[in-house]
Amino acid sequence: MAETGKQDEALSDVVASDASTTAEVEAVLDAPVERGEPILQVRNLVKHFPLTQGILFKKQVGAVKAVDGVSFDLYQGETLGIVGESGCGKSTVAKLLMTLETATSGEVFYKGQDITKLSGRALKAVRRNIQMVFQDPYTSLNPRMTVGDIIGEPFEIHPEVAPKGDRRKRVQELLDVVGLNPEYINRYPHQFSGGQRQRIGIARGLALNPEIIICDEPVSALDVSVQAQVVNLMEKLQDEFNLSYLFIAHDLSIVRHISDRVGVMYLGKMAEIGTDVEIYDHPTHPYTQALLSAVPVPDPDAREGRERIILTGDVPSPANPPSGCRFRTRCWKAQDKCAEEIPLLAVPEVFAGRKTPAAHESACHFAEEKQVVGAA
Amino acid sequence: MTTTTAKPANVPEQKGPDGGPLLEVRDLHVEFHTRDGVAKAVNGVNYSVGAGETLAVLGESGSGKSVTAQAIMGILDMPPARIPKGEILFRGQDMLKMSGEERRKIRGAKIAMIFQDALSSLNPVLSVGYQLGEMFRIHQGLSKKDAKAKAIELMDRVRIPAARERVGDYPHQFSGGMRQRIMIAMALALEPDLIIADEPTTALDVTVQAQVMDLLAELQREFNMGLILITHDLGVVADVADKIAVMYAGRIVETAPVHELYKRPAHPYTRGLLDSIPRLDQKGQELYAIKGLPPNLLNIPAGCAFSPRCPKAQDICRTEIPALHDVAERDGAAMPGRRSACHFWKETIHG
Repeated sequence: MAETGKQDEALSDVVASDASTTAEVEAVLDAPVERGEPILQVRNLVKHFPLTQGILFKKQVGAVKAVDGVSFDLYQGETLGIVGESGCGKSTVAKLLMTLETATSGEVFYKGQDITKLSGRALKAVRRNIQMVFQDPYTSLNPRMTVGDIIGEPFEIHPEVAPKGDRRKRVQELLDVVGLNPEYINRYPHQFSGGQRQRIGIARGLALNPEIIICDEPVSALDVSVQAQVVNLMEKLQDEFNLSYLFIAHDLSIVRHISDRVGVMYLGKMAEIGTDVEIYDHPTHPYTQALLSAVPVPDPDAREGRERIILTGDVPSPANPPSGCRFRTRCWKAQDKCAEEIPLLAVPEVFAGRKTPAAHESACHFAEEKQVVGAA
Repeated sequence: MTTTTAKPANVPEQKGPDGGPLLEVRDLHVEFHTRDGVAKAVNGVNYSVGAGETLAVLGESGSGKSVTAQAIMGILDMPPARIPKGEILFRGQDMLKMSGEERRKIRGAKIAMIFQDALSSLNPVLSVGYQLGEMFRIHQGLSKKDAKAKAIELMDRVRIPAARERVGDYPHQFSGGMRQRIMIAMALALEPDLIIADEPTTALDVTVQAQVMDLLAELQREFNMGLILITHDLGVVADVADKIAVMYAGRIVETAPVHELYKRPAHPYTRGLLDSIPRLDQKGQELYAIKGLPPNLLNIPAGCAFSPRCPKAQDICRTEIPALHDVAERDGAAMPGRRSACHFWKETIHG
């Protein structure tokens, strides 16, 4: 099955495709994926940014371990939320999936093709199907281009999607889809508000009919009342175009609202992953519990019965992460074992085989369930 | 020089620290003269804060919440800003009528401000110890050595670990949460009566945000300070505020004690805001979204500024600006502290 015959344990569940020529790869990429099947499989993804010293003879003195062995699946038609504090590597994951950065090691399988090893035409075809919506709508749109040029730019790179004569019409359709007036096609970004600009960013992401959209903090720069409009629009588009979202955010409430499954990252590793009910109502990793309990709930009555876990200190530097479990320096449960042994992301033994929502993957030696969000 | 109790003769009424509120803003207007016209950022804001009390000012960007705070601090750039009307009374004295010299004595010493973005508010080429000590050198005339000792004491108080070793460090050497602590330390330096915190935790992660808000609340209790917390985060407000003022297009549209506001909003805008935020403890279907966009301050709609986006708007809303009505129970019993600037507040609160 596997293309190169190298089939270690982590890859055993991935159905790698055996296409070898570019044409075959393209054919594989065009094949549709059934709803609920994995469309993107990430295995042991690692990205280290080297730290160098010296001017003429640069020597590497260390590495910022931004992403250090992350594995997850994204299923067709679902939304996978990724949460974590700043510096935990969630945006680097997004860049790696977009192949904007080259991974140090690890694989990203899109429909069975390892995209970290693709190049040329095959890579271009993959990129057409994975698009991105950026965080800041004020800086991600070129101020000197009209809206029509911004949304139409992807067609210059992928002319097969829309023939030249059709492009203007296609851009107007896209504007209509994201709830903007198609007559705005000749306007410039500064003539729009933040929420409208983010709609332009989404329209650009949709232009090539992608299957996956990676959203890196798409609503965090927007006002509360506008945030809800954009989130609703994204949900509507997902149903309409059958999209899979990887939704990266630090706002846990928004992530719960939009996601089917949620992954919690800490310092370059996945701490816990599961469905939204498993993560929010039955968290088993202490970091998830602390993160959830720190979120202010907009209801003064609900907060009074709530236990708050306040973590001390800051996230350690990813250039020099703690040994063993990376969370142990801030964890109240930490014991000697945590410093020696790296906990694996797996269903904890305590819950293994039991049919409870707490039985989901959690990277902690002492995982136990704890209610922190309060009654639903 | 007489004692510090001597006040300018033209102050109409004297209010002691216990008599009236610490700070009272009355009918404040601020406008900005730009090339495109006059932007009316604040249009008649009234609020007051007492000692030990926390007032949260809630609003979206462009609602005038930060401009009001800057007017109180006296750090508005004038021009382009102008204050055509209004009073800002600190312990009964109108600060807008004071000379620059008098205001400078209040600023920092009596009223201090914490800014949102600590990295851009601190000077990157001066050590934090120097910047903290500046308060003591300028206001109290301490020597460099004494000021540094005081700076270490302050850093200890806001729980920065190893304060003595880190006093000579520069802002970029601190993490976001630690920088915000330095901002808090700087505001606390001269033990002011009132602190204005402008989005103090917006740039921070949730775990750090909880640490910083806890610290702020604890220090407030310790010094019995008044606190004006400016934010757009309804969650943070619920955790710390005593009373809330909701702003929209330069006006206060609703004021209420914190529990009341979340239970029974009396203005459609507040209700819309509360409905439009997703909740951590429940998974909803579709989010309620307020239609349309916040108004352009160069061209605020006639009548109620919220009327173009309001689901309940009637003809009167488009012609008449609603006053800030006192809100009462269905049977007419007064609800202290509750006011709403909606023609239909009765329908909004009582259904």
